[in-house]
Amino acid sequence: MSTLAPARWTRPASPAVTALRAGCGRGAIELRQSFTNGAELVSHLLWPVLMLTALFFLRDTEFGSSGLLLGTLALPSILGMNAAMGMVTMSQVLTAEREDGTLLRAKATPGGMRGYLTGKVISVAGGLIADLAILLVPGMFLIDGLAADDAGSWLTLLWILVLGMVATLPIGAILGSLFPSARSQGLIQLPVIGMISISGVFYPLTALPDWLQIVAQCSPIYWLGLGMRSALLPDAAAQVEIADSWRHLETAAVLGAWAVLGLALAPVVLRRMARRESGSEVAERRERALQRVG
Amino acid sequence: MTTDTGCDDVVLDVEGLRMRYGTTDVLREVTFRARHGEVLALLGPNGAGKTTTIEILEGFRMRSAGRVRVLGTDPARGDEAWRARVGVVLQSWRDHGKWRVRELLAHFGRYYVPYATEAVPRPWGADELLAAVGLSAQAGDKVKTLSGGQRRRLDVAIGLVGRPELLFLDEPTAGLDPRARHEFHDLVHGLAAEHRTTILLTTHDLAEADRLADRIMILSGGRIVADGTAADLARRTAAADEVSWTREGRRFTHTTGESTRFVRELFARHGEAIGDLAVRRASLEDTYLALVREPGNGSGLPTPAAAHGERTTEVAR
Repeated sequence: MSTLAPARWTRPASPAVTALRAGCGRGAIELRQSFTNGAELVSHLLWPVLMLTALFFLRDTEFGSSGLLLGTLALPSILGMNAAMGMVTMSQVLTAEREDGTLLRAKATPGGMRGYLTGKVISVAGGLIADLAILLVPGMFLIDGLAADDAGSWLTLLWILVLGMVATLPIGAILGSLFPSARSQGLIQLPVIGMISISGVFYPLTALPDWLQIVAQCSPIYWLGLGMRSALLPDAAAQVEIADSWRHLETAAVLGAWAVLGLALAPVVLRRMARRESGSEVAERRERALQRVG
Repeated sequence: MTTDTGCDDVVLDVEGLRMRYGTTDVLREVTFRARHGEVLALLGPNGAGKTTTIEILEGFRMRSAGRVRVLGTDPARGDEAWRARVGVVLQSWRDHGKWRVRELLAHFGRYYVPYATEAVPRPWGADELLAAVGLSAQAGDKVKTLSGGQRRRLDVAIGLVGRPELLFLDEPTAGLDPRARHEFHDLVHGLAAEHRTTILLTTHDLAEADRLADRIMILSGGRIVADGTAADLARRTAAADEVSWTREGRRFTHTTGESTRFVRELFARHGEAIGDLAVRRASLEDTYLALVREPGNGSGLPTPAAAHGERTTEVAR
């Protein structure tokens, strides 16, 4: 009758496990889509190419009297900033897919929300890791003075990256649930650009006034940048950081606090957002979106 | 098919359903039932509360008051196992545009695997389902390249992939061209006939309700003002056939419950003097228009024409 042969019917996996597996499949399909279509491929490559071009011209410029090269300092910082941008991606995707009815479809499917979120974490995190690799691999050939030849460096990079994503993606999901429309997502760009500009990505935080340093140290962007520098730069480079140290403990504490906050709030906010979804909500948003176009 | 439905044959049971937004009652005292295998149309003008009703039944909207049971469960508390037995056909817009048709259907099917029973194999195989909705040729296409009609069929396929016992369709043919609409009607007919799926659909198109549904419920002013087969509803105004003719250059119309007898007598009396004879049978449309003309008038059932008597009027030219 169908592809499932009823004659040899056996009890399948539990609904929760099935939804997780379906979500993994969903994530894999979406990742594949984002690397096999022209427009998205360009967006994956454009940013790294621009950054690498900038780094290429900075590679011989010395940073102050520290003996460090500007390009060498900037590459790990940019990696850290990009890792934190997963938060913005998550937020934008969630708002857009709420607007276009993807979420409602998930809601109409048993275990669909669980599968949807699993898929989203995989596709956003996977896309992020791929983007970081696209920047890091050529960067390592282009930039001198990185110290990433031992296992310790990579281990540091790994835990910073994983903890950083656990800290930022749930926050992104919360923001994505709170924005009413994809258009209002534009509002998120301003504070993010503000945070980036004071986060020590492009020049050390120690060059900023004290109060700005304090603000910057609340943001996960700074700690991700610091963590990446600690992984990829020689130990001597810590001299340009606050307290002349990589401050791994503090990094873990701040990113950990964001992670706990995000993981505690995200289910509540997401559930509240999902509860409101219905066909007429989606239709209303479609009306509004089409009016803006027309 | 219904081994996991329990012994109860009632699939939808709604009693005294109310919905209030602020101080406005959108639904008041909506009451109806649906049995297994029935195709029900919820018919009404725009803003009558059709979508609100169906969304409450789908479990997507909280009601203000009343008792609602969908497959024996309150949809406001429906769990995932309940969800697996209910199909919702959503109107897609641009979601999943990058997915390929078959891939998307197979993906949504995966979620239903744990809910398979020996009687109901779940999910519905993607290829078989694509053939059933007439999308086999588009299986490898991206969703965003589909036409409006094809997209709506895919929406139906996604609603059906878990082999639901009950299927909800909200304004399924809105925005379709006449040919796509016709094909869609055939699809729904097939579902009801071959798979005994209980279907509740909303429409503001009378012809569509007439064509698709076993039973039509007319929703007006937040109440169900009529409930029956298309023939039942039309019979309510059966006495109001309209006969018109000309005689000696003058035009007359006459409203009667027995148009055949009236015409026979007309010819017996005037013979060849009668010209341009036309008999317009009372239709479902008359009932519908009479019912929705006065929204909010819950008791506005059309009075049998016999009650207001027969009359002949000369029509001014």
